[in-house]
Parts: sequence; C-alpha cells; structure tokens
Amino acid sequence: MTTAAPDLRTRAEALGQSLPPLLAEAEMLASTVMMGEHGRRRAGLGDEFWQYRPAHQGDSARMIDWRRSARSDAHFVREREWQAAQSVTIWIDPAKSMAFTGDRARPPKSDRARLLGLALAVLLLRGGERVGLAGLASPRAGRAQLLRLAERLAAEAAGADYGAPETEGMVSHGRAVFLSDFLGDLKAIEAGLARAADRGVKGVLIQVLDPAEEEFPFDGRTIFDSMGGTLTHETRQAGDLRARYLARLAERKERLAALARAVGWHFTTHHTGAPAQGALLWAYMALQGGR
Amino acid sequence: MFTLGPLGFATPWLLVALVALPILWLLLRAVPPAPIRRRFPGVALLLGLKDEEVEADKTPWWLLLLRTIAVGALILGFAGPVLNPEDRGAGSGPLLIAVDGGWADARDWPERQARIEALVEEAGSRGRPVALVRLSDPPDQVAFQTAEAWAGRAAGLAPQAWAPGDFAGWAAALPEGGFETVWLSDGLAHEGREDLVAALRSRGDLRVTETARPVLALHPAAHAEGQVTVAASRVPAGAPVSVDVLAQGPDPSGVERDLGRVTLNFEAGATRAEAAIDLPPELRNRITRFVLEGARTAGAVSLADDSLKRRKIALVRSGADQETLQLLSPMHYLRQALAPTADLIEANLADSLLASPDVVILADVADVSGPERASLTEWVQKGGLLLRFAGPVLAASDVSRIEEDPLLPVRLREGGRTVGGAMSWGEPKTLAPFPEGSPFFGLVPPADVVVRQQVLAQPDPDLAERTIAALDDGTPLVTRKVMGAGQVVLVHVTANAEWSSLPLSGLFVQMLERLAVSTKPATPEAGDLAGQTWSPEVVLDAWGQTGDAGELPGVEGEVLARAIAEGPTAATPPGLYAGADRRVALNVVGAETVLEPAVWPAGVPVDRLEARAARPLKGEFLTLGTVLLLLDVLAALWLAGRLRGILRGATAVLAVVVVSGAPQGARAQDAAAPPPDPKAEEFALEATSAVVLAYVLTGDPKVDEMSRAGLLGLSDKLWQRTSVEPMMPMGVNIETDELAFFPFLYWPVVAGATQPSDAAYAKLNQYLRTGGMILFDTRDADLAGFGGGTTPEGQALQIIASGLDIPPLEPMPPDHVLTRTFYLLQDFPGRHQGGQVWVEASPDAEAQAAEGMPFRNLNDGVTPVVIGGNDWASAWATDDVGVPLVQIGRGFAGEQQREISYRFGINLIMHVLTGNYKSDQVHVPALLERLGQ
Repeated sequence: MTTAAPDLRTRAEALGQSLPPLLAEAEMLASTVMMGEHGRRRAGLGDEFWQYRPAHQGDSARMIDWRRSARSDAHFVREREWQAAQSVTIWIDPAKSMAFTGDRARPPKSDRARLLGLALAVLLLRGGERVGLAGLASPRAGRAQLLRLAERLAAEAAGADYGAPETEGMVSHGRAVFLSDFLGDLKAIEAGLARAADRGVKGVLIQVLDPAEEEFPFDGRTIFDSMGGTLTHETRQAGDLRARYLARLAERKERLAALARAVGWHFTTHHTGAPAQGALLWAYMALQGGR
Repeated sequence: MFTLGPLGFATPWLLVALVALPILWLLLRAVPPAPIRRRFPGVALLLGLKDEEVEADKTPWWLLLLRTIAVGALILGFAGPVLNPEDRGAGSGPLLIAVDGGWADARDWPERQARIEALVEEAGSRGRPVALVRLSDPPDQVAFQTAEAWAGRAAGLAPQAWAPGDFAGWAAALPEGGFETVWLSDGLAHEGREDLVAALRSRGDLRVTETARPVLALHPAAHAEGQVTVAASRVPAGAPVSVDVLAQGPDPSGVERDLGRVTLNFEAGATRAEAAIDLPPELRNRITRFVLEGARTAGAVSLADDSLKRRKIALVRSGADQETLQLLSPMHYLRQALAPTADLIEANLADSLLASPDVVILADVADVSGPERASLTEWVQKGGLLLRFAGPVLAASDVSRIEEDPLLPVRLREGGRTVGGAMSWGEPKTLAPFPEGSPFFGLVPPADVVVRQQVLAQPDPDLAERTIAALDDGTPLVTRKVMGAGQVVLVHVTANAEWSSLPLSGLFVQMLERLAVSTKPATPEAGDLAGQTWSPEVVLDAWGQTGDAGELPGVEGEVLARAIAEGPTAATPPGLYAGADRRVALNVVGAETVLEPAVWPAGVPVDRLEARAARPLKGEFLTLGTVLLLLDVLAALWLAGRLRGILRGATAVLAVVVVSGAPQGARAQDAAAPPPDPKAEEFALEATSAVVLAYVLTGDPKVDEMSRAGLLGLSDKLWQRTSVEPMMPMGVNIETDELAFFPFLYWPVVAGATQPSDAAYAKLNQYLRTGGMILFDTRDADLAGFGGGTTPEGQALQIIASGLDIPPLEPMPPDHVLTRTFYLLQDFPGRHQGGQVWVEASPDAEAQAAEGMPFRNLNDGVTPVVIGGNDWASAWATDDVGVPLVQIGRGFAGEQQREISYRFGINLIMHVLTGNYKSDQVHVPALLERLGQ
C-alpha cells in the first residue's frame, strides 16, 4: 500500500494538472460562509482588494482607508472582494463489485473511480475548496489534505458485494460526488441520495462501468457470480439474455438519471474503456453548476 | 465388391459401424456443453431472467446432425467407396472391340477413342488378346493380337464418312472360338445388324456401349415452289429443340460465307423438321453446301449440286402478236418443259438481254436486226447459250443462205424438206442414236419420235463436226457452233409439234437438260447417270469437312446411282462427282433416309459412354468427415461462449455501428410524437431551461454530427467568454419539432436536400417573423462564390429558400452591426475563408455615416437570415473534452482563423440575443450629453 498511495497520487495530480483551478460555485453561501480564495466579483469579506468607495454614513471610522483619503478631499472606504469556499465530499464505492474488469488490459472500476475522485480532489483543493471523503475523512482545505485523502483511499478495504452511498461527514449545503457502479440495491442508493438531499447537498453521480458490463459479451452456458459470490445466476444461453440485460441496464441508468434530476443532482456514466479526462471535465463543469 | 447404386465399397464390412450412429445420437444428445463460471457484477441485473430456449440444456439438433454426418462420413470413407466401380471387365479370353466407325460416331469420337484405349489397356493388364474392328470398313479377317500391338493403332483410329454396312460380311469373317465382344455403337439402326449380333452372341458375351447424345442429320435441299426447302432428322425424338441451318457458298470475291440461315424447330417427339429458305436466285445459285450449325458430322452437311441452280431463260418469238392457238404456239412446249426448273423471261430481245439470262431461246426467228444483233453476238461470245428453233419463218427467209450467219451454226438450204407427208414419198424420219461425243450421248431416242419437216443444212466441211444429233438418214437435226465463250445451237425443227413429234416426247426435256438449258430434277435418275464415268471432285470426311478428292478413281454411273439411293460406301465416299456436263452430289443422308435408334436384343447389356471412369472417393469422404469435425470444434466453442475472445474485435466494430446509428432512430421517434406527448414536453423542457443553440437535422448523419459538434464548441466558447451560458445544442426536425424555443438555428444545406412541407414553411416563416435567426451554411465557399447556384448545395439552398419569407439581402456591409456586437471583426471565416456573407439589406441604402462616426445611423432590427458558405460548424467543432475536431488552415494562421470564426459565432449569438442594442450604441454620445445636462 505504501507504494500504491504515492503512485495513485502522482497519477491523479498529473491528470489534474491539465485543468485550470476549479472554481466551485458557492450557491448556499449565506449559511456556510467560509473564507476561501475565490472572489465573488462583489464587495464582501475576503483578502483581495476590490474597490474604493466614498464613505457613507454609518461606516465606522476604522473602515476608512486613510492613505487613499489623504489624497483627496473625500473619505474613502477600501472594500475587499467577497470570497467563499465550498465543502465537497467525495464518496468512492468501496464494494467488491468495483474490483471487476472485463479485460486484463483495463484497470478495474475501483481504480478508475479512485483516480477520478482524487483528481477531482486535487482540482478542488487547488481551487481552495475543502474536500473530504465520505465516512473516511472530514472536509478540509490545504495540500496536506490531499496526502491524507490519498492515504485513506489506498488503505481502503473491500466491503460488501455492492455498495450503498455513505453520507456520513457530509456538510450541509455542501457538494458531494458519488463514484460507484450503482449496480447494487437501488433502494440503498435512493436512501443515500435522499439523506444527502435532505441536508441540502447538491452534487454529481458518476456511474463507473466496465465496457463488458455495457456490452454483455457472453454466450453459451454460463454461471454468473457476483464478485463477492453472494449472487449467482445460471443460464444456458447467455447470448439470449443480452437484449434483456441491456434493457435492464438502460432502465437502471434511467432511474438513476431521474433520481438525480429529482434532487437537482447531475448524473453521468463513465466507462473504464474511455479516458478519464472526459469524466473529470464533466464533473468539473457539473460542480460549476453547468450542464 | 459391394455396390449401392453407382457406389461400390472396397471393405463393405466396415459399413456395419453405421448401426452405431443412432446410439451415438442418443449419447451425444444427453450430454450438454459444460458451463463456464464467470465473475460479473452485472449479475444483479440478471436475477430472475429466464432462458427462452428450454432445449438448450441438450446438445442442439444441428450440432448432433453435424457430428453424426461427420462420423458417418468417416465410416463411409474407411469403407473405401468407389464411384462407378469397374468390376464388369473381369472376363477372360480374347476380347473383340467393334466400333461402328460411321459418320454418326464423329460427334463424340474422342470419348469413344478414350473408351477404346481404356478397354485395350484393361485387356492388356489382364493379358487378354484383343482385336479391334471398324465396321464401316469392308469385312476383313479378324485377328486377335496382344493389347500392346493395338495400343498405337487405337489412337490412330478415325471414323469414316459413311455408315457401317456389310454386317453379314463381318459375321462371316469372324474367327471360330469363343471371345467376348464390346460393341461401341453409334446409336443408329443399321440394316442387317442382327446377323452380326447373332454371330457375336454365339461366340461369347456381347456388351454394347452407346452414347445418349442425339444424332442430327441434314437431308439434301430441294426446290419447292420457287423456294429451297431443307429438312433435318434426329434420333432420338425428345424435347423440342431448334437448330440453325446455314447455306454456305462463295461470295462474289470467292470467299466462303454464310449466304442464308434458317431455323429448324423440332416439335416435342418429332424426328423430322423442315423449313424453307427464301433466297434471291443470285445468292441461291452460289450455295455449295448446307450445314447444321454446331453439329460436326458428315451427316449434318449436305452438298448442293447443279440441281439447286435455276437458270434464267429468255424466250423470244418472231413477230409481235401472233394470234395462234395456244397448242400451236412454239412457246407452249418450251414453257411446259422449262417452267418447273427455270426462271423464264418473256420479252423482246433487247429487254431480255438486260436481265442477263443464261440462255436465250429464239423460236422461229429469222433475222435479228442491227443493234440487237450486236448485243446478242456480244452476249453469246461472253458465254451465253443461244438456242434457236427452226420454223416456217426461218425456212422462208434468206438468212444464212450464201454466207453463214454468225448467229446460226450452219448455212441453210432454201425451203427445207418435207418427208412422209401426204404429198411426198417416204416415211417420216426417226432419230439416229446419239453419237459419242454428243452432249446427248447415253439418251435413248424413243422410236415414236418422228420428224416430218425440217430445215436442211448446207453440206459444208465442218457440218459433221457441228452436228450433235441426226436423223436415221444422217441429216443433221441439231447443230452446234462454239462462238467465243458461248455457243449457238440450232434445232432444225420447230419448237411445236407441227414439224415433228419431238416436243411431245420426254426426250425433248432430256435434251434441253443435256444442253444445260433447264435444271435437272433434284435426284438424278439412274438413267441420267448411266453411261458416264463420274469422277469425285470434292469428298467429305466423317466430321463434314470437305477435302480434295485427290487420286480417287472415277465411278461408273450405275454405281453412283446405287450409292445415291442406298447411301455412300467405302467405294463411293460422299462428295461431289463431276460428269461431262454436270455435277452430282452424293450426300451421307439422302432425301428419304430415315434415322432410327438402334434396338438391341434383350439380354445384351447396353451402357452409356459418359461418366464411366471409376473414381475412388475415400479421400473425399475422409476430408469431409475431418472438416465437419473441425467445424464441430468451432461450433462447440461457440455454443459454450468461448469464441468470444476471437470475435471480440468484430463485435466492437458492430457495437460502434449500432451505437452510432441509434441516436438517429431515437431522435426520429421523438420527433414523430404528437404535441401532448411527454417526449415533446421533455423536448420543450430541455430547450427552454436555458439558452440552447439548435441546428437543423439534414438527414445526413455526418453533417448532423458536425453541426452538433460545431454548436457545442461555440457554446463552450460562449460559456467561457461571455455571459451567455448555453446548454447542450439540440438537433431540430423542422417538420415536427417546435422552433419557437430557439433563438438561433444553424442550417447546413446539403446537396439534394428535399423541400420542406407547407406546414414546415409556415412554421419557419413564423419563426423568422418573430425574431428568430437562421444561419444558412452551404459549406461550399472553397468551390464557388455564393449566390450563383452553381454548386449542388447552392441549388438546394435556392430550392429551400424559395418558400421562405426572406427580406431583400445584401452582402454584409463593413459597418454592419454584426461586425461589432462583441468583437470587432472585418471578415467572417469558417473552415473556408473569404466567402461572402449575406444579410438583410439595410432599409435606408442612402444613409451616410455622420461626420466622425464610423457607422451609419441605421437603427435596424435583427437580420432574420445570415447566408454564407464558409462551413462555420467545422471550424467551431470540438469534441466533448474541448479538442478541435477539424484541421483549419495551417499552423498558427489556421488557429487564428479558427479564433476569428469563434468570434464571428459569438458576435452572431450576441446579435441574436441583444437585437439592435449595439446599433443603438451610436446614440451613446448624445445620450451621455443629455444625461450630463
């Protein structure tokens, strides 16, 4: 694990390098005001200079910028830019099903999910956001947090067959990223999303799937086992099941998308066969509040 | 050897193993293919799915069948199968091989020869003595020799052009002692064959080999009512068939050509077919032979002799219109004699000569006047035959009294003579036998032909030489004189029965024939041929090829007559025989010849010539079994799903195709939905939740995809650089989708685009009137300047725009508001640069820019259409990650062009969204001034 952790971190940083710092939109700023590095393009609390304005009545004397005022007849107040930071909680499915890969040349889904999660964390941390791992690390800012996250991710032990979203440690009105294959019980996923939505959390669902799961490239007499071995299905003609399997998968995606829409989240499906950059970019846009 | 139909088996006991096949079937059927265990997280979605095919737990039937056939093929293969096993040649003792060797064998002689060689070789391998006889030869001693001695001779054997004949002679020539006979028959019945069959069967086994191919034979052509009729026979009578008959002969330059062609149609079951060839006499007289097309035997060739030729004969009489009785007219007997076999011309002499007749007959014409005389003389000297008959006019005239007239063979005495009349002594004269050297030699004058009156020739020195027929008292009756290439003949009596009974007799006709005046009848009578020696000029071989007769001896007329009646023999091979004055064709098949299939006595085994070679099939069966077993391996792998790895590449390609094809179909389904449909609602929601750029779906997937990518790229740039934050671009079907949601439509015009429906036009016009903008992009600025309609896209645009409510247009003026809505621009490149862009013409064309102002004061609205061909979508296009899709220009200049094209796009969207706001900016100074006050 000691070798895996720095490796994962280097790769994640490399991936994050190609994007500008992620500026998360702090929608519910009023209640979770945190000092951060991003200006709100308006006067407020922050470190950066915003503008001088003539002093009104009611401005306390210590607000007046005497250096500026001394250059003219009027009194001026120095305003700073309003800055805010966002708490982002990332949940990466630790279940055994994520260890699946349909091809030896492809990384397992868990690998890709962790890479995506950490890259997102790199970007967010660089943008000054506070990033945490659901159930593992509470949101904090700073570069040290990155090391901590990488360590926690690498140390993660395999859990159940299929994972359910973890909402522990989520900050109210913050942001959340769920990375999973979402193949397990839909009720657990629904419940997790509902819990998050109840706290006013907005975020994204990224479904990480192996291409084999999209194509169902199987034929003949086959016994399918789940990764943990808890579920078994035997068929005599796997090829005959393909159409119905694909229909069910499509239905599952539909349900997830509908769920996401209902609570104002974003949903996408990412395949381990495709480059990670696309998914990262999408998550970047989605967290920005874009499409 | 055990045989099953045409199959024999070397080791038949192995076939017992076939009994095991049903057991194998049952065993295999019970064992299903082993399952594979796979780890697969998607199993959660599979739970509860039932297999559709219940039977799949057993081996599928086709796999069973495959395996059974494979094992069956292996068993059969090891049993040593042989096709057409040759186990009938196991006899012993001498072997006689008899070949008919007639013309009918020529059509498949190579097969016969191969068969003969095979028989000789086989006999040689068994050490049997062999004799080989060709029955078309004259009977000869049959000598058995070793097979080696025959091997070379068999290869040199060729068929003869005549049919086998002397079977009785052959039967007599057979040696004593038992031997086996193989008879290669030509399939035709021949007279007297029973004798030989009986003789051969008495010596030992007789086997007959025949061919199934039909025999075709062509009968000699005949004249019938001015046409040439040809007939052909066939054996056996079978299905309807059509054969072409070619009439061949030299053309004027002497080259052999097909002069005519006629198709003979054999009815089903008919053995004979006839047809007529209608040819002009000039062509007909050239025909030398008739050939059945495609049949290469002597029987399919019929040589044409003189009997086909019809001569043109001019009949000229003295005086213009003698009102004599029909039977007294000298013309009557000539007409009767000549009309059936010649073409007659009856006109005056000058007109007749223009028709270039072969013969001119002057019946009792005394003198021929000046110009006619000259042309007639010239015609005779060029080879014409002038035949003159005497009569009262000639007898009373002075012609050829003192001097010999050039157009008469002899000088004539005045008045002639009358014998045997009421006023004279003596009996009417009969004819003397024709002297040797006369053209009439061989004809027998009937005793009842008498001459009562005639003109007399002066006894000149060459009279005897010129006389070719005389009366029994020696007075010349017919005289002849050669004149140039032609001849002049005078018959010293009239052409009617007035002076003699000659015209009433058959001799008259025969004499005319001998003089080559009339044509001979189709089949020469024996009597016609008798007395002459006929020398062969041209002979036919068995394949119907003509050859030079060479040194062949002449044939007596009687022999030739018999050959013509009974068919050619070795002594009289078929061909053309020349006599003194005519040529006679001896054809293989006569006019009356009837072809009949050979009938063999019961008990004589008859087999076919074709496909006789024994062929071991062991290799084929074993290969088939092995290939099937290999197939079985593949099929078993496939059934178990283990072929997947090999086929994955192919599947991936297929998946790409399916996925890329899918959105189109889904889109179309959405579009077809009626308005209250939830899909339409979804469409509306998607389009109105934020600003959405839209493109018109053209139906061309590549163009649509490029439009989508282009608008995606432009949306990204808008999002990054401006306060416009568009959602994902949408494709719009102008026929079915609501357009009102979109401020901007990008419409790539493809070649051959169909015109929108009236409803769509109504919708589009409404859209344009209510503030929408359409950017038409013909994407052809690299090919042609816009507006000419010279490119297919330009023409398509003209068609589409014809129904749109488009205001007057002008090329975008340099101060148009589009040049400054966001960026300041001078040109508007897309993938192509420099194409003209057209916008709505400014309402006030006369407006001038105010002093110091860069723009005219045109407070106009938003142009509803922008038309150009710069292919902007390609320049804007990016993939989902933001990487440009299309190479623009070269290097940095290209990137600069792409940047400008983005700026044009941003300006365009700004113009659409802000309307004339930027245009109003010209008022800013005035407004500020007013504010200041």
